[in-house]
Amino acid sequence: MSVDASATRETSGPPRTRPPLFAWFFQTLLVLALVALIAWLVSNTLAHLRERGIRAGFDFLTQPAGFEIGESWLSYESSQPFWSAFLAGLANTVRVALPGIVLATLLGTVIGLGRLSRNFLLRSISTGCVELLRNVPLLVQLLMWYFALTELLPASNDAVHVAPGIFLSKSGLSFPWWEAGGFDWPMAGELNVIGGASVTPEFLAVWMGLSTYTAAFVAETVRAGIQSVSAGQLHAAMSMGLTPRQALRYIVMPQALRVIVPSITNQYLNLTKNSSLAVAVGYPDLVSVANTALNQTGRAFECIAVIMSVYLVLSLLTSVLMNRYNARVALRGAG
Amino acid sequence: MTRISIRLAALIGAAGLAATLAAPAHAGKTLDTIKQRGNINCGVSTGVAGFSAPDSQGQWSGLDADTCRALAAAVLGDAKKVNFVPLNAQQRFAALQSGEVDLLARNTTWTLTRDASLGFHFTTVTYYDGQGFLVPKKLKVTSAKQLKNAEICVQSGTTNEKNLADYFRAQNVKIKPVVFEGFEASFKAFFAGRCQAYTTDVSGLAGLRNKEAKNPDDYMIPDLISKEPLGPLVRRGDDEWFADVKWVIFALIEAEENGLTQANVDEQKANSKDPVVQRILGTSEDTGKLLGLDKEWALRAIKASGNYGEIFERNVGPKSVLKLPRGANNLWSKGGLVYAPPIR
Repeated sequence: MSVDASATRETSGPPRTRPPLFAWFFQTLLVLALVALIAWLVSNTLAHLRERGIRAGFDFLTQPAGFEIGESWLSYESSQPFWSAFLAGLANTVRVALPGIVLATLLGTVIGLGRLSRNFLLRSISTGCVELLRNVPLLVQLLMWYFALTELLPASNDAVHVAPGIFLSKSGLSFPWWEAGGFDWPMAGELNVIGGASVTPEFLAVWMGLSTYTAAFVAETVRAGIQSVSAGQLHAAMSMGLTPRQALRYIVMPQALRVIVPSITNQYLNLTKNSSLAVAVGYPDLVSVANTALNQTGRAFECIAVIMSVYLVLSLLTSVLMNRYNARVALRGAG
Repeated sequence: MTRISIRLAALIGAAGLAATLAAPAHAGKTLDTIKQRGNINCGVSTGVAGFSAPDSQGQWSGLDADTCRALAAAVLGDAKKVNFVPLNAQQRFAALQSGEVDLLARNTTWTLTRDASLGFHFTTVTYYDGQGFLVPKKLKVTSAKQLKNAEICVQSGTTNEKNLADYFRAQNVKIKPVVFEGFEASFKAFFAGRCQAYTTDVSGLAGLRNKEAKNPDDYMIPDLISKEPLGPLVRRGDDEWFADVKWVIFALIEAEENGLTQANVDEQKANSKDPVVQRILGTSEDTGKLLGLDKEWALRAIKASGNYGEIFERNVGPKSVLKLPRGANNLWSKGGLVYAPPIR
């Protein structure tokens, strides 16, 4: 068909359109072939697994998991089935991704504006931050945060009492937490701090690592977005008597957001997906839990499939939300 | 039409490729493949002292490594024809299933799930281990039961992770596991003080304490919480290879029982009148033929690595870095559990 198409283009006149029936026929054929190929691959794999005495299937999800998870939002214990372990892992992924997105956006915006500042010192520091953060691999940064936290903080049985009810040690940050009608205050125990709520060094390392790394990219996006608004707009705003702050708030930002939002969405997606590196510093995110499950059961296909589909759903969800927001800013800009 | 036909051709090509990829690795003929290839692919750890660890020259040493060497000597006639494939805890099973390695000799615990649902056969136990804890002495913990609320560093994908949960659930004691994917990351975090205890098999703890701790005397190992029989495993579907691996290990144990050592095996072959020794060394009966090997298979295995006792002494015994007593790993005739069926 490519031959036909180029031929018609050369002899001027409108390109000949394909009869719809013809197109439908081949598209259906292609879809059928694809479905058949996938079905064949799956059945072939299953047959070979059976032949070699390897169990397959998702039935293990309802079996007791048998392993503990160090920290979780959900009340999970080892006697619960695998699917609740996965859920606890997913909750941990969300628990680090959401605060990560918030902190990355705040930091990124500040650094991005700093890059455009007229103050030399501020501009240089911002540029330095961006270059340092985005040019060192994320995994290395995570390990650096983690080792800094675990090496520098005092031993777990020798926690520092930072403020009333707040302890800091190699076991993390403990603080009072509302529980059953009263505050539960942390106390120094024999081995480590007990009671209250706490965040572990693993969480802190992943959160800080992801936020600062992503902030560098957000900063560049914000800078590019603002610079995409033509200077004339700013000059016009100033000549109408708006202060620089007002000009940024009412004139520049609404237009810049149209450029910023789509690419910042990508950064949010990246942050969520990058949280899978958490396993390197021992944070029990979805990948870490799925890896453990994979090893306990040997169901490699199934566990990887769970990881893939969960990240797919998370990413699509983030996309949908950000696209909605984008539609709003885009319309306002166009109006 | 050309574009569609190209698409179809690509599709058919992809399908063909997928078919070759999905085809099973040549099952049932492992021994032939090894002979043709000229070496044994032996799956080992990424570095567990005493079992399989590379030195600065890349030479592998350890109980598992020596088992593979003995096997290569028996099967290929040359102990050097081993290709050591380092695998982490997550990779190990997939590597054996896919045929990337011919056997997995990687301090792996024999459990029902692994034996019955992953498509493997455990050959036999080469080391009777148990799970324990490494605890800094200054915490004054004398029993694992005192680890209430403690944070315990552990490597993911091990039986240790599950035992840990089981043990403390049975004791009704709450603990917080801190799980790392890599062995190295897990013990580094422990020595940095992130956890109050570290758990793995006692053989592993001994290696860590004596090799990685700044001052080994600062740490102690209170008590055991599980049994961990470790041994090599092979893929299902090749009974001949399964038998070969099993019997090479049995031969090493039989050798110790009958006083055959790396040093005296040649002399024994020439002079021994003992019918048991004659059978092992192939001077009377040809046991090798039944295994698809030659007459001197066991002789070569013993010459390559020494008998089981010698392998133990060299790698994990009191004179090695691990300094572990023989204990349960002594011969059955000396009060241990090590027992091989007779070569006859």
